[in-house]
Amino acid sequence: MNRIIKIILLDILKNKIVLTYTLILAALSWSSFALEDNSAKGLLTILNVILFTVPLVSVLFSTIYLYNSSEFIELLLSQPVKRRKIWASLFLGLSSSMVFAFMVGAGIPLLINAPNSLGLMMIIIGCLITVIFVALAFLSSILTRDKAKGIGIAIMIWLFFALLFDGIVLFLLFQLSDYPIENFMVGLTALSPIDLARIQILMHLDVSAMMGYTGAIFKDFFGTSSGLVISFLLLCLWAIIPFFISLKKFNQKDL
Amino acid sequence: MRKLIYILLFFCLISNAKTITVGRLYPVKTIKQAIALANDGDIIIVTQGVYKEENIIINKKIKFLGKNFPVLDGQNKAEVLSVAADSVVIKGFKIINSGHAALDDPCGIKVYDRNFVVIENNILDNNFFGIYLQNCKNAVVKNNTIKAYGKQEQLIGNGIHCWKSDNLQIIGNKISGHRDGIYFEFVTQSVIWRNISSYNIRYGLHFMFSNDDSYITNVFKGNGAGVAVMFTKNVKMFNNYFEENWGDSAYGLLLKEISDSYIFNNRFARNTSGIYMEGTSRIKVEKNIFEANGWGMKIQASCMENEIVNNNFLGNTFDISTNGSLVLNTFNSNYWDKYEGYDLNKDGFGDVPYHPLSLFSVLTENNPSSMILFRSFMITLLDKSEKVLPSITPDNFIDNKPLMKSLPL
Repeated sequence: MNRIIKIILLDILKNKIVLTYTLILAALSWSSFALEDNSAKGLLTILNVILFTVPLVSVLFSTIYLYNSSEFIELLLSQPVKRRKIWASLFLGLSSSMVFAFMVGAGIPLLINAPNSLGLMMIIIGCLITVIFVALAFLSSILTRDKAKGIGIAIMIWLFFALLFDGIVLFLLFQLSDYPIENFMVGLTALSPIDLARIQILMHLDVSAMMGYTGAIFKDFFGTSSGLVISFLLLCLWAIIPFFISLKKFNQKDL
Repeated sequence: MRKLIYILLFFCLISNAKTITVGRLYPVKTIKQAIALANDGDIIIVTQGVYKEENIIINKKIKFLGKNFPVLDGQNKAEVLSVAADSVVIKGFKIINSGHAALDDPCGIKVYDRNFVVIENNILDNNFFGIYLQNCKNAVVKNNTIKAYGKQEQLIGNGIHCWKSDNLQIIGNKISGHRDGIYFEFVTQSVIWRNISSYNIRYGLHFMFSNDDSYITNVFKGNGAGVAVMFTKNVKMFNNYFEENWGDSAYGLLLKEISDSYIFNNRFARNTSGIYMEGTSRIKVEKNIFEANGWGMKIQASCMENEIVNNNFLGNTFDISTNGSLVLNTFNSNYWDKYEGYDLNKDGFGDVPYHPLSLFSVLTENNPSSMILFRSFMITLLDKSEKVLPSITPDNFIDNKPLMKSLPL
């Protein structure tokens, strides 16, 4: 298993797209901290990167990589290795290399420019988001044999969580504004990993506003340590569940 | 000749003033006994020790001085010290454990209808009300440390409570743990200077129907609801710090029905709302810093003819919010860190006006739970398009000359 991870890891790290991704992340983070006089605005830029760019690149790159290495996977299957092991090591290799790219690109400038709980929080959440979207890519690539379809599903997943989901939430908020829906809203955020990540960072970034009446209900849940643990567990579940579904499918799939 | 007699008489009076020392080792053991013995103009010096005499009434013009902070203990029964004479000086006591009662408001020190009273350098601990000035003129409350351990608004009184008074000086006091740190009702021509009012249950400073007052260089920090100034005109607020007033309806500074006032060079940092204005008119807000607040200013549509000039807005979640579309206030020459315009003629002012009101601040005003979507990509898009083409936010809500660089304040 270790050897398969090693092969994949080295293969991906040599990949030009991952290299460019790292460089772009680094350029964005460094420049956003250098251009603004207060670090809060730099953090905002990185927040947008985490919520927008990181999921897109993770999900797209992983899907394409999986389709491109289908022959390699078939070759591995002909060896006396368990299917489970192959799929898991693919996942570990891909997600660790993407996390590595994120850490080098955005993690280092964050640690240097914002060495506080908020910076640390953003790094952890960025890594989690990366892993989650790699897992979602595994799911989308196992769903169909057709490469174009698979990439389409991956883009749709990203589009849904990055844009459409918030649109639906906004719509519900205004349609149901006459009802006490705050708790329902807190529950609803569990359905989108990007929202979970965003609110966790918001609790640190806009602490004064979130302490007010508008944020009170969210503060009561997300601001407490149990809320923190629960939302991190939810984020982990968002990585684990799609991967296990894809693993189950891979085990039974006729390749 | 007549003058000479007056002068002689004066010296006679002075030489008549005697000093009574109270203490375990002195002939006079109790304070009440000392007051009974004293005449107008005498000095009573109380030496170190614990005096468990509740309801001490000073009804003569005396100087009442403590040596090494003697403790006056009210034993949670009644008022500790009552002043019922003019020109009394109370200095250097530690006054603890007044009674708690809702009907007659027992205090650490209470002054009834008197003038020229000085209360200085005392420590008040665990009293229902700290210092209570009722219908007083020309009183000075200076350098006292007032502390209480209130848990609920209804079960604790105010630190310094002033009612229907005139020409007061409240200087250099430290107040914490009371209901309101400093409370002013019908108090005129007074000054509140260099006080620190922190972690009180309700307001750091509560101001009602008190015209022509100023408060200068005070610190209001971590109070349950910040500072409230209501139903008043001609108030001057200079150089104060309003910090970390967080919560449901907490404001750095709450202005309600205020007119003709001047807010200058204050700092509002890390409050849920920096300033909340309702029904205020003709106020000038100048050279203040609004930093890292949830809302820099909330200006309700009932405000008019207010001028917001030359302020710095730095790192607030929302700079401004309002609840209507009517704009009767002017914004000019402020620095907004969210301003994205340019300055081609290099005069230091941005060439495009700034809309301090974001779409999302209007949305949250209408529907508070939409805060959950803040900083989502979707919302950022909507906000950006609203900035270009205002449709929901009032298009005349603008700063015509936004500064390009923050003011050095």
